[in-house]
Amino acid sequence: MPKTIQRWTRSHEFWLLAVVVILSMFLTAATDSFLTLQNLFDLLTSTSFAGILAAGLLVVLVFGGIDISFTAIASVAQYVALTIAKTYPIGWFGVFFVACCIGILCGLFNAAIIHKVRISSVIVTISTLNIFYGSLIYITRGDYITSLPTYFREGIWWFEFTDSNGFPYAINLQALLLVVSFFMTWVLLNKTNIGRQICAMGGNEIAAERLGFHVFGLRCLVYGYMGFMAAIASISQAQLAQSVTPTTLIGKELEVLAAVVLGGASLTGGKGTVFGAVLGVMLIAILQNGLILLGVSSYWNQFFVGCVILLAVSATALSQRRRHAGLAS
Amino acid sequence: MKPSANRSLISRFVRENATTVTLASIFIALLAVFGLILGDRLLSVGTFQSIAFQTPELGILALAMMLALLSGGLNLSIISTANLCALTIASVLQYTIPWGDAGSVLWLTWQVGAVAAGLAVAILVGLLNGFIIAYFGVSPILATLGTMIACKGLAIGLTRGNVLSGFPDPIVAIGNGTFLGVPLAFLLFIVLCVFVSVVLRRSSFGQKVYLVGANEKAALFSGIHVKRVLLMTYALSGALAGCGGLVMMARFNSANASYGESFLLISILAAVLGGINPYGGSGKVSGLFAALLLLQLISSAFNLMNFSQFLTIAIWGALLIGVSALRSGTGIFDRLFLFEFWRAKSAVSEKA
Repeated sequence: MPKTIQRWTRSHEFWLLAVVVILSMFLTAATDSFLTLQNLFDLLTSTSFAGILAAGLLVVLVFGGIDISFTAIASVAQYVALTIAKTYPIGWFGVFFVACCIGILCGLFNAAIIHKVRISSVIVTISTLNIFYGSLIYITRGDYITSLPTYFREGIWWFEFTDSNGFPYAINLQALLLVVSFFMTWVLLNKTNIGRQICAMGGNEIAAERLGFHVFGLRCLVYGYMGFMAAIASISQAQLAQSVTPTTLIGKELEVLAAVVLGGASLTGGKGTVFGAVLGVMLIAILQNGLILLGVSSYWNQFFVGCVILLAVSATALSQRRRHAGLAS
Repeated sequence: MKPSANRSLISRFVRENATTVTLASIFIALLAVFGLILGDRLLSVGTFQSIAFQTPELGILALAMMLALLSGGLNLSIISTANLCALTIASVLQYTIPWGDAGSVLWLTWQVGAVAAGLAVAILVGLLNGFIIAYFGVSPILATLGTMIACKGLAIGLTRGNVLSGFPDPIVAIGNGTFLGVPLAFLLFIVLCVFVSVVLRRSSFGQKVYLVGANEKAALFSGIHVKRVLLMTYALSGALAGCGGLVMMARFNSANASYGESFLLISILAAVLGGINPYGGSGKVSGLFAALLLLQLISSAFNLMNFSQFLTIAIWGALLIGVSALRSGTGIFDRLFLFEFWRAKSAVSEKA
């Protein structure tokens, strides 16, 4: 038993958890609004979009690839699904079905090009980001969609309860989708055979190929899953914003990447856990939320986030280097 | 034997500059196609002047990206470095009292000082990147992602997201003036291209950058001070990004923390299109230059045809995938492509 505990305390997740807990305790002590149900619910709702994308991107990073195009995929999926929903009564199921089909198709397009052209996935997905986004704006002329169907505008509101101050709470669409996405990703990576194959591919692609893994199939699955998650995230975001603006999601891709990497996923593949990704997303969200609650001008938000990322990646790299040195001696 | 010697010289040139030759032939082909469609509207001095006005902003930033790519890395912080540099120059110009009268030498010195301060900031950001990458062993994407967000945050925090605008004439002239019909910014871009090319090809530092990019471990074992090379590479990349910032602020006559963010991924696209190996170790300035002109030609022609700029970026993305497919040789087009045929033929004749 002590050995498992020892291994746990050495892991990246442990340190990240410690930082998150200390930061939360500090904020609880320093402000009286941080640890309120209201604030935590708001936090959950507002991180939904980035969190769901982080779950998808984690799988791609574990696989040893990278995807930059997911914000463009999300924009396309959102726009097409809600354009159809505006005119035809397709209902919730229809909205998700259309969005997910578009997302998965875009993901498969990425996978096919990476596999056929054999250039690095960063370059392919930068190109496809431009292709998806450019075509979307060209065809739609950048028009907003504001008149959404009533059921969509209302969202979901399950298990309502009222706290002592009389504020109503309920499980909303954003929180539900966020939890489901992370749970699905956890099941995929840890409880299925395919998940282990994805990890193996990320660890050593050539070895995995020689062991007889179906590389193209796995690649399709991973990028398709990323597209699927992008679609889910886009619906969550559209419901929250109560409108669709095709230009608003682009530019968020590197922030999501930063959150996942903060959670310990390696860009060279084979490493990364769902728990780590959750903590990475949480750390950035709590940091931003805390700075606002502490009364720091929101103009300084990004600066602190950037500094935390720099500190985290430097600390991780240094500790890894020390461990390697320890192994060598 | 003279003709065959000549031919082998040509084929050697083609082989060594495959990317540039490919891109130049695409450029000429597209120029012909667009020329047929648009006629005099495309083939005019005005069009080429507008291409020359638009190329430098993206071009100088792409040069900064290229250096990092050659060393086997990536520099995501170029845009925020450029903006931080531009804002430094802008605030020195706005918040200090001008030296001397307008037009005097002292007045010019004051502006040169402002630009120097901006470039110093850009080099500092580059050194920070290089230090974290080389001495802490952080992967370049992560390190520069962190500095990108931190620098942008610093710029937003200090300016509260505001725009600083209105600069003295000499600064504005860098972005909008011409010399013998050629935009000054384009001349600056050419000078920087030549400078980077000479550094890469003729200096020992440049050769070391290629070696580190090709195989860092081998470079280390052959006695190259890899850490110092990386530090200098990112410092130079930062300095070039700063020059990009100067051109941007001069063209818009204003500076802001979030100008030009769409250039970030496009600069990677341009560099890779120009034959820079995204894994490092190979690529030439001439290829990058050809790629930039090609991208601008498409942009200008589409603009004349009244297509939206978003269609242009979609086509740019498709172009990169297409050219990469050609280059990787596993694509379906390679048999159709004349150049491959020519290369195969010249290889055969060389053997004979």
